[in-house]
Order: sequence, then structure tokens, then C-alpha cells
Amino acid sequence: MTSEAIQARLKQIVKPYVNNQQNFENLTSESNFINDLEINSANLVDIVLDVEDEFDIRIENDDMEKMMDVEATVGVIQKKLTTK
Amino acid sequence: MGVVAPNATGLSQFEEAIKSGKSGIEFHKELEELKFSCQIGGVPKVSQDLMDHYFTALEQRGLLATGLIYGGIAGQEAWEDAQLEISDQLDTDSGIIFGTGVLGVEKLREAFNKIDAKQVRRLGSTSVLQTMASGISAFLGGKLGCGNQVTSNSSACSTGTEALLMGYERIHYGKAKRMLVGSCSDSGPYVWGGFDALRILPHQYNDRPESASQPLSAGAAGFVPSSGAGALVLESLESALVRDANIYAEVLGGHLNSGGQREQGSMTAPNSTAVISCISEALKQTGVNSEEIDLINGHLTATAMDATEIENWSKALGLEREDFPYINSLKSHVGHALAAAGSIELVSSVLQISRGFIFPNLNCETIHPEILKHVREDKIPREVLRTKLNFLAKASFGFGDVNACVILKSYNDE
Repeated sequence: MTSEAIQARLKQIVKPYVNNQQNFENLTSESNFINDLEINSANLVDIVLDVEDEFDIRIENDDMEKMMDVEATVGVIQKKLTTK
Repeated sequence: MGVVAPNATGLSQFEEAIKSGKSGIEFHKELEELKFSCQIGGVPKVSQDLMDHYFTALEQRGLLATGLIYGGIAGQEAWEDAQLEISDQLDTDSGIIFGTGVLGVEKLREAFNKIDAKQVRRLGSTSVLQTMASGISAFLGGKLGCGNQVTSNSSACSTGTEALLMGYERIHYGKAKRMLVGSCSDSGPYVWGGFDALRILPHQYNDRPESASQPLSAGAAGFVPSSGAGALVLESLESALVRDANIYAEVLGGHLNSGGQREQGSMTAPNSTAVISCISEALKQTGVNSEEIDLINGHLTATAMDATEIENWSKALGLEREDFPYINSLKSHVGHALAAAGSIELVSSVLQISRGFIFPNLNCETIHPEILKHVREDKIPREVLRTKLNFLAKASFGFGDVNACVILKSYNDE
């Protein structure tokens, strides 16, 4: 799966958790979940669970710690998909 | 005020329901399948529109704690009804005491199942909020931006009445201008199972649920389990007048105590000496003479203890037969909402004193003979009664031998 396709699906996953709609509409690969999208840090675990369900992968704690912005998250997902 | 009760959700609907004697007790197939003896109960109806009004889409995700739903709605309705603003600024004058017995048992069940299946990592972010006892006050605190004390009390079936007195005291001591007080209770088999096991719920009415809850009646066969939430905004008179608030009634005060599970008291039965003392102290501290009480909203759960409760009221007030005030029990309409009972019944009490009516006692065609020794039959209305009420006494008693009694007065702005 291309990183663009993963990012498009990720955008739908994070949508319900976003508190800054303007930055969400202008989402880029650099968008940070907490600083730019103003997602409550507790909801990051929900995003990880939703990503697991959406892509049928399992994300371990050390990978989860990296998933703070779009680019890193897409990278983790891509890596998991290729080793599936 | 705000209310989520088995016979009505929302304050105006609730007022209509209690005036017309609408029952909220229904048969529940789930309880039959789980082989409960008592297969009936009171569960509030909550529409999706109402959910969307009080909870964001995100807050509704994985929301299984019914008590949090009921309390979240009642608490926010009370805030709206009091015409209080919700702003981005912290409101240090306002606090919350919102109690519960156990919160989010359905969410706990989900958590237990996931943990046992070695899936703890998949619990999600709201497992704690939905299952901590103070989840309800924490949720409302964030919604309303309250910066004063925000906590949850727990004293079984006296929780709601205790919350009101605790909030009253905080304002009385000058530590807060207003307090949102109330309580909530989850619905369903995981809350009610323990009571079914104690064999204190009626099992003979599964085919006629509306007749099952019979407080004050000779046929009282046990309390009908129920659920919901009630909420009241208490405010200092000064603060209420400054913002020209709608004042329903005046809280004169009251008393809290425990029977210590001594004398005839136990974990499940009250020590009458302490009950009498609780009521007497409430009158003494508020400076109200027992003859002035127009209406008692009793605890009266529809068990054999109803007769004992009446005897205790009679002794505490020093009033018998024709001198005994009017008395009613909302449990004949909605069953026993456990931790939510006190606050739902307080909302009904305030409505009665504010609007000048006494709601009917349902299901008591034949009053218990022991009760008639102390109360004249016409003081137990079976039809709605329009009458001016000046003083109302409300009591709640709970497991653990704990008691709460509140005295309310009609508000006169002259």
C-alpha cells in the first residue's frame, strides 16, 4: 500500500479525536497529533487500537511511542503491513 | 434540576409522569434468560437525540456506563435549567457532589473479559473514567468547568440525599456559591443480581410489572430494582438573587447519621433509634416544628420495613393518626433506584413543594394494618392532590445502617 493511501485511511481514523479542525483539513505528513491536531493524549491509545482494526496489524508499545505525527505513524503501519 | 427516571426522562416529562402516576417498571427478557427470580425493573429511556445533545460523538464511543449516561444527562439538564452558562473560563465558585454506588458495571464486565483474554492493551482510553466511582463527577466537572470541590459520595441508598446535604453544608460554610448535587445508578443484571440473591426483590409480578412496587401496602413483597439519576443546583440565596435565578425551594438543612449496626440495626436493616434521631435532629437543626411538616417523602421501599419506617416517623415527629402529615413514596412509580433513589426523589419533592401538589401513591389499595395504626388513611393519597405545601421532610436510608433526612421549605420571594 502506498504511503498516500495509508495517510488517507489514517485521516479518517483520527477524525473523531481531532480538536483543531483547521489543521485537520490542511493535514500534511508533518502534522503532529497533539501539537497540531490538538488530540487529547489519552486518545492516542484509541487511535492505535483503531489503526490495528483498520489495517489488521498489531502495534507494540515501542512502535506506539513513535506514533506522534502522521509521517511516523504511516511509517509504522507500512512496516507492519510488509512484515504481515 | 434535571432527572432521568424510569417513568420519564427530563424535568417537565417527569413532573407530568409523577402527577399522573405513570409507572416506569417493565419486564426484562434479559433477566428472565439469566434466571433471575425478579425479572422486572426500572430502566430510563434515553433517545439518540438526547445523547447527541449531552455527549459528543467521541464521548459516546464505547460508552457502556449507564449510570454515567443518566447522571451526565441529569447533571447537564440541571445546569441548563438553572440558566447557568458554560464558559471556557474556570468557575471557582461552583462545585459538584455527585454520588453513585458502583459505576460502569457493563464497562467493568468488558474490561474483565478483555483482561482475562490477555487483551488488557485493548481496553481503550475510557475504561478508567467509566468505572471509577468519581467518573460521574469528573465527567460533569469537565463539561461544566467547575473549579470548586468536585467529588462523588457513596452511601448506598442514601447517596443522593447525602449529596444534597454535603453540598448544602459547603455553601453554608461559605466555601462555594453553588453546588451541583445528585446521584446516579447503573441499570441491569450486574447491579441488581446481588439483591436478587438476597431474596428481597418481588418474584410474583413478572407478568404484571406495574403492580409490583407496593410501598405502604399490606401486599408489599419487596423492592423493585431500578436505576437513573437526579440532579439539583444548590445556590446561596445571595448568589441566586444576584443573577435573578428561578428558585424552586429553600433547603433548610438536615441531618446525617448511622445506626452503627447496633440494637436492631444490621448491614441491611436500620437501627430505629438512629433513624428517629436523624429525623429529630433534622427538625431541631432547621428550627421546624413537626406539626409544620405538610408532606413526608419517605424512603418506603415496599418491604416489611415500611411499617417500621412509619413507626419511626411517628415517634420522631411525635405525631399520630390525624396529626400525621401526608406521606408518599416515589418508589411506587419508579421502583428503588438504589444510589439514585435519593436524588430522583428529591427532584420529585422539590417539584411538589414548588408546584403545590402531592403525587399519588400507586399500588396501595390496601394499606398495611400496622401503618394505619399511625397514619390516617386519607394522609396516604392515592390520587394526585393539589395543595399548598410549606414544609417537606425527605429521608433516605441505606445499606450499612446509614440515614439522611432533609427539610425543604417553599420559597416565597416577598
